[in-house]
Amino acid sequence: MLEKILLLLSLSFSVAEELCKPGAAEGYKVRFSIKTALGDQAYPWSKNEMFLFRAALAFAMRDYTNGEEFGVSDIHPCDETERVSFWFVVTRPNTTDLVDKGTVEMAIKKSRNRINGAFLLTDQTLEFDGIYPTLAAPVSPDTPPWLIVFGVVMGAVSVGIIALLVYPLVQRKLKKNKDADDEDSDEETGVKTAEIGANDGIYNSTFSDDERFTQM
Amino acid sequence: MRLVLPNPGLDLRIPNYEDLEKMEKEDGDRPKWDNKVQYILTCVGFCIGIGNVWRFPYLCQTHGGGAFLIPYIILLVLEGLPLLLLEFGIGQRLRKGSVGVWSAINPYLTGVGIASMLVSLLIGLYYNTLIAWIMWYLFNSFQGPLPWTQCPLNDNRTAFISECQQSSTVDYYFYRVTLNASASIADSGGLQWPIVICLLAAWTVVCICYIRGISTSGKAVYVTALLPYVVLAIFLIRGLTLKGAMNGVKYLFTPDVDELMNPTTWLDAGAQVFYAFSLAWGGLISFSSYNPVHNNCMQDAVILTIITGLTSIYAATVTYTVIGFRATGKYDTCISENIRTLLNGFELPEDSITASNYNAALHHLNSSYPDTVFGLDIKTCDMQKLLSEGVEGTGLAFIVFTEAITKMPGSPAWSVLFFIMLLCLGLSTLFGNIEGVVVPLKDLNLFPKKWPQESLTGITCLVSFIICLLFAQQSGFYWVTLFDNFAGSIPLLTIGLTEMIAVVYIYGIDRFNEDIKFMIGKKPCIFWQISLRFTSPLILLVILVFYLVTQAQQELTYLVWDPDYEEFPTLASVPYPSWINVVIFVLAGIPSLVVPVYALCRLVYVRCKKKMKPEKEKAREIA
Repeated sequence: MLEKILLLLSLSFSVAEELCKPGAAEGYKVRFSIKTALGDQAYPWSKNEMFLFRAALAFAMRDYTNGEEFGVSDIHPCDETERVSFWFVVTRPNTTDLVDKGTVEMAIKKSRNRINGAFLLTDQTLEFDGIYPTLAAPVSPDTPPWLIVFGVVMGAVSVGIIALLVYPLVQRKLKKNKDADDEDSDEETGVKTAEIGANDGIYNSTFSDDERFTQM
Repeated sequence: MRLVLPNPGLDLRIPNYEDLEKMEKEDGDRPKWDNKVQYILTCVGFCIGIGNVWRFPYLCQTHGGGAFLIPYIILLVLEGLPLLLLEFGIGQRLRKGSVGVWSAINPYLTGVGIASMLVSLLIGLYYNTLIAWIMWYLFNSFQGPLPWTQCPLNDNRTAFISECQQSSTVDYYFYRVTLNASASIADSGGLQWPIVICLLAAWTVVCICYIRGISTSGKAVYVTALLPYVVLAIFLIRGLTLKGAMNGVKYLFTPDVDELMNPTTWLDAGAQVFYAFSLAWGGLISFSSYNPVHNNCMQDAVILTIITGLTSIYAATVTYTVIGFRATGKYDTCISENIRTLLNGFELPEDSITASNYNAALHHLNSSYPDTVFGLDIKTCDMQKLLSEGVEGTGLAFIVFTEAITKMPGSPAWSVLFFIMLLCLGLSTLFGNIEGVVVPLKDLNLFPKKWPQESLTGITCLVSFIICLLFAQQSGFYWVTLFDNFAGSIPLLTIGLTEMIAVVYIYGIDRFNEDIKFMIGKKPCIFWQISLRFTSPLILLVILVFYLVTQAQQELTYLVWDPDYEEFPTLASVPYPSWINVVIFVLAGIPSLVVPVYALCRLVYVRCKKKMKPEKEKAREIA
C-alpha cells in the first residue's frame, strides 16, 4: 500500500515538474520586486512567502470560477531565481489538466488588488509577464477648473473696463449738477452776476480769443 | 565731422528751446508720467520680456557658456547703449511719438515711423498669442494633479493613447490638447476654441491696462514689471535646493573660449542685444516723449542697459537650475530603467546592481554575455544630451519647464507662479508694443481727433483680436514661428539702421549734442560721439548683411508635429509651401520697403504739386 502511495506521489511530482517549465504554454512568469517597493521594510523571500503566493492564486481561481475548489497544491511553481521570479501553471482540482491561459489571466485580473495587498506590493512591483494592469483613468473633474479661473479673470476685467468708462461720465454729471445748484442758489438771492449775464448773451465768435499766442 | 545732409525747414518743424521751456511750465494736453519710477519701470518692463527667459539662456549655453557674456556685454555697451540714448534723446527733445518724430526731422522720413508701427503691429499679434497660450496654462494650473501629468487612456484601457505613449505627457498636452496641431501650415483645420477664448482674455487684459494710455498702463507696470523679479527670486531659492541644479548652472557657465572665434557667436549676441532692447519698435521714443524736458536721458540709458544685462544673467541662472534638475531626474530614471532591465534579463537579486556600481556591472556583464546584453537593448544615458534638449522658445516654457515643475512637490503652486511671471513679462512688453501702434495711428490722423483714447485702444485691440484668430487655428503654432522668424528680424534691423543714419546725418549729430546739452546740462562725451557716428551703425550694418546672407542661403523649412513621422516624437523638418514666399514678403519686405517707398511717393507728390502750382498762378494772372 505504502509503495503504491509513494509511486503515485512521485508520479504526480514528476508530472507536475513536466507540467511547469519555463516558457510553458499555459504558464505565466511572475516577478517580485520587494526591495524596490518596500526599501528598508522589505521582507526576505522564503518558502512561506511562496506558500502565500500559491494560496492567494488559489483564492483568485476559486473566486473567478465561483466555487471550484482550487487548493494550494493546484498551483505549480518552478524555475525560481535569485531575482525572485518564477514560472507557474495552474491545474484543475484533483487532476493534472492544465487550466488554460485565458482563464488564469481573467482570474488574476479580477483579484489583482487582493494578490498585491497580500504582499504589500503594487501592479508595478508584482509583475505577471503578459498580463497588463488595467490603468486607472486620468483624474478629470466635472467642471474644468480652467473655465472657472477664466470666468473670474474675465469678470474682473469687464467690471474694471465698465468702471473706468462709467466713472468719468458719473463725475461729469455730478459736477454739472453741482454747477446747476450753485446757479440756482445765486438766482434765489436775486443777484444777477456778470457770469449769468454772459451765459444769457449771444456768443460772438469774432471777438473770441482762442489763440494764446498771436501768429507772426 | 561736418557731414550733414541738407535738411531745409527743420527749425520750423520742431519746437525750439524757448518753446520747450514754455511747454514745460504749462500743463499741456500731452500725457505725463506720474513719477520717474513709473517711466523706468515701464521701460524695464518693455525691454525685459519673455525672450530674456527663453532665448538668452539658450544662446548663452550654445555659444560657449560663460564666455558668451564677453561678446554680449561688449555689444550691449557698443550697440545697445548708443541706440538707447538716441531713442530717448530724440523722443524727449521732439516730444512726439515715432511717426511725429521722424516726420518732424524730415517729412520724407515719415516712412520710418510707419514701418515701426507696422512692425510693432505684426510682432504684437504673435506675441499676444504666446500670452494666450501662457494664460491657458495658467488657468489650467489651478488643479492638482496638473493636467499635463496624465495621458488619456485608449479604448480598451490597457495602455495610453499611442501619440502620448510615444512622446510624453507634456508634449501631448501642448501639441494635442492645447494646440491640436495639424501636420502642416497649409492644413489649417478649424478654430481651437480654448485658444480663441484665451486670446479674447489676453486682448481684453491688454485693453484694460492700456485703456487710458500711460495713465493706466503706468499703474499696471508696478505689478507687471516688479512681479517677475520676485518670482525669479523664489524660483532661484527653490531651484538651488533641487537635486542636480548645480549641474545645470555649471553647464550654462562653463566657458568655452574657442566659441569666441566663431562669428555666429558675435552675430547672435548682437542680434540678441538689439531685440532685447526693443529698439526700432517706436515704443521707447513715445515713452520718453512724455518725460519732462530736463530729464537725464543719458543716465536712464545707462541704468536700463545695466538692468537688462543683469536681469538676463539672473534669469539664465534660474532657468538652468530647473533645467539641471530635470536633466538629472531623467538621467536617474534612465539609469534605473537600465538596471531593472539588466536585473530582469539576468535574473540577478535586486540589490546587486545599484546606481553607483552600474557602470562596472554593465561592463562586466557585457564582457561575459555580450549577446544577451545586446538583446536587452540598453539605452545609453547621456547627461550632456539631456541638458541640451529643447531649451529654447516655446519648447522651454511649455515642455521642459512644465515637466520639471511636475516633479517638484506642490507643483500647482509652482506652475501658477511660473506662468504668472511669464504673463507679467509678456504684458509689460505688450504695453510698449501697443504704444508703438496706437500713438502713430493717432499721429497719422487715421482716427478722428474727437475720439477719446479709450475708443482708440478698444478698436486697435478688437481688430488685432480678429487678425489673431489666424493663430487660433490648428496650424497656429507654425504661423507663430513664421512671424517670429520673419516679422521680428530683418525689418527691425533696417529700421534701426535708418534711425541711426537719420539722427546722425540728417538731423545732425551736432544739433543732437546741443539738444542733450540743453536737456541734461552737459554734452555727450567722446564715447557717445564715436559710437553714435561710427561703431553702432557699422555693427548694425554688419549684422543686417550677415542676416540677409544667411536667410537667403537657408532652405525654407519648418518643424512640424507629425504623429505619422518615422522618428516621432522628434519634430519633422518639412519645406514650406510655395505660397509662403508671399507671406514672408508681406511680413519682412513690406515694413522694410515702406521707408523708401513713402519717400518716393512723397517726392512724386511734391513734384506734381509744384508743376500744378505755376499753372494755377498763370490761370489766375490771365483771369
